[in-house]
Amino acid sequence: MNSSRRGLSFYLLGAFFALFVLFLYGPTATILILSFQGPEGGLTFPMSGVSLHWFRNLFEQQAVGDFGGSFRRSIALGLMVMVLTVLFSVLAGFAFRRRFRGSGALFYLAVASLIVPSILVSLGIGLFFNILGLEPSWYSSALGAHLTWTLPFGLLIVFAIFNRFNPAYEEAARDLGATPWQTVRHVVLPILLPSLIGVGLFGFTLSYDEFARTLMTAGSFNTLPLEIYGMTTNVTTPVLYALGSLTTVFSFTVIGLFFLGLILLRRHRLRRTGA
Amino acid sequence: MTLTAETPRPSVTAAAGRARRPRLLPRVAPYLQAAPLTVTLLLFLLVPILTIVAVSFWDYDSVRIYPDFVLTNYTELLASPVTWKTYLNTLKYAALTWAITLGIGFTVAYFLAFHVRSTTWQMVLFLVCTIPFWTSNIIRMISWIPFLGRNGLLNSGLISAGIIDQPLEFLLFSDFSVVLAFVHLYALFMVVPIFNSMMRIDRALIEAARDGGANAAQTLWNVILPLTKPGIAIGSIFVVTLVMGDFITVRLMSGGQSASIGLMIANEISLLQYPAAAANAVVLLAVVLIMVVAMLRIVDIRKEL
Repeated sequence: MNSSRRGLSFYLLGAFFALFVLFLYGPTATILILSFQGPEGGLTFPMSGVSLHWFRNLFEQQAVGDFGGSFRRSIALGLMVMVLTVLFSVLAGFAFRRRFRGSGALFYLAVASLIVPSILVSLGIGLFFNILGLEPSWYSSALGAHLTWTLPFGLLIVFAIFNRFNPAYEEAARDLGATPWQTVRHVVLPILLPSLIGVGLFGFTLSYDEFARTLMTAGSFNTLPLEIYGMTTNVTTPVLYALGSLTTVFSFTVIGLFFLGLILLRRHRLRRTGA
Repeated sequence: MTLTAETPRPSVTAAAGRARRPRLLPRVAPYLQAAPLTVTLLLFLLVPILTIVAVSFWDYDSVRIYPDFVLTNYTELLASPVTWKTYLNTLKYAALTWAITLGIGFTVAYFLAFHVRSTTWQMVLFLVCTIPFWTSNIIRMISWIPFLGRNGLLNSGLISAGIIDQPLEFLLFSDFSVVLAFVHLYALFMVVPIFNSMMRIDRALIEAARDGGANAAQTLWNVILPLTKPGIAIGSIFVVTLVMGDFITVRLMSGGQSASIGLMIANEISLLQYPAAAANAVVLLAVVLIMVVAMLRIVDIRKEL
C-alpha cells in the first residue's frame, strides 16, 4: 500500500525482520550442522570431524528407545487428527453460519479449549480414564486430547474462511436451481478446498508436535515427542541432534508435498476453466 | 428475487417453492453439524476438567487415591510458601515473554502488513517465519544448548571478538534462557493475530490520516495501534496462557533450577500425587481464566472473527 518511496523505516524494519528470521532459524541450523558431528564429538562445537555416525546410531536402537514405533504412532495419530479436525470444524463452521441454540456456549467452550493449559487436559483425561478403569492409549485418549487443541484452531480458521466467503456465489447457485447439497458440493467446497487442506496440515503438525497433551494420555506406547523428551533427559550425545534433524527434514517434506498439492490443484483448475 | 421476476424462470419459482415448504432438516441441520465438535469437547475437555475438580477434593496416600471430600489438598497448596514463590516466578516468565513477544510481534507484523507491498511477498515472508515452527518444540528448545552453552557459539564468538574474556554463565540454564526459549517458541503466536488485524485495516484510513497531516508516528499511535488491539489481545492470550501452563520449557531450559506452576503439577503427576496435582491445576485454571477475562474486557474477540 504505502506511498511510492521506501524510506529509512523500511530498511530499519527490514533489518529487524531479517534479525527475527535469523533468530528463528539460527539454533535449528546449529543442531542441523552438529548432527553431522564426528563419532568423538560432543553436544557443542567444535566439530570433531564430519560423519553420519549419529544418524546410524539413531537407527541402531540402542541408546534410543523405540524411535521407529513412536514415529509411526505419531504419524498415524497426526493423520487421524487431521481428518477429524477438517471434518468436525467444517461441519461446525456450517452450523455457526446460522443461529442455533447453544451456539454461544459452544463457541466459548471451543475458546476455553485453547486457553486451558495443556497439562490440565492431559491430567483430566488421564484421571477420567483412570476412574473409568479404561486403559489410555494413543488412538483413544491421546486422540481426544489432541482434538481439544486442533479443533478450536480449525474452527477459528473455518470462521475466517467463511467470513471472507462471498455468499453471492451460493445465491447464484440457488438461483440457477441448485439444491442445498449441490451448492455445497459444487460451489462452496471447491472454493474452500485450499483452505481446508491448510486446516488439515495445521491439525497434523499440531498433533505431530504435541507433547503436554500426550503426557498422561498416550498409555504404554510413546509418541515421538514423548520419545524425544525422554531422550533429552538421558541422552547426552549428538544422536539427539540427529533425531532433531530427521524430524525437521520430515516436516519440511510434509510442507513441500502440501505446496506441491496446492500448485497441482491450481494448475488443474486453470486447465479446466481456462480452456 | 421475486420482485424482478417479471418473466419468472422455472428455477426461481422452484427455489422459492422449496423455501416456502417447512422442512425438518434445515432446522436440525445446525445441531447435527455442530454435534461432533460438541461431543468431542464435552468428552475430552469439560468432563476431564470436572474430573480434575472432583479429584482435587479426594484423599490420597502413597499407594492410591480415595474418593472423599477433603480440603487438605487446597490448604496444603495455599499454605505453602513454595506455591506462592512458584506463582510469582511463573508470572514473571509470563510478563517478560509477553512484553518481548509483543514488541517483536508488532514490529514484524507492521513490516509485513505495511511495508511489504505485494501479496506474494507477504505470503513468502510469512512462510519463512512459519517454517521453523514446524520443527518439534522440544527440538527447538534443545537447539539453544549448543548456542548458549559455556562453550557455545555465542560465548566463543564473544570471546574471540574480545568483548568478554570469561564465558557468560547466565546464558544457559537460567531465567534468561527460559524466557529466550519462550520468545523463540511463541513469537509467532503474536505475529499472526496482529498481522491479521493489520491486514484488515482499511488503507483509506491511513491515507486519510496522512492527508489530515499526521506523521508516521502519529498514524501508528492513533490509527494503527487502536485498530490492531484485537490482534494484540488474541496474541497476548495465547502467549500468556501457553507460558502459564508450560512445564517442559522451564524444565529443559532452566536445567531444573527454576520452577513454574506447570512444572509443579507435572512433578506431582510423576509422583502419582493426583489429588494434589488436581488442586494445583484448579488454582492454575482459575488464575489463567481471570487473566484471560481481564484481557477480553479490552476487546470482544467474537466480533473480530
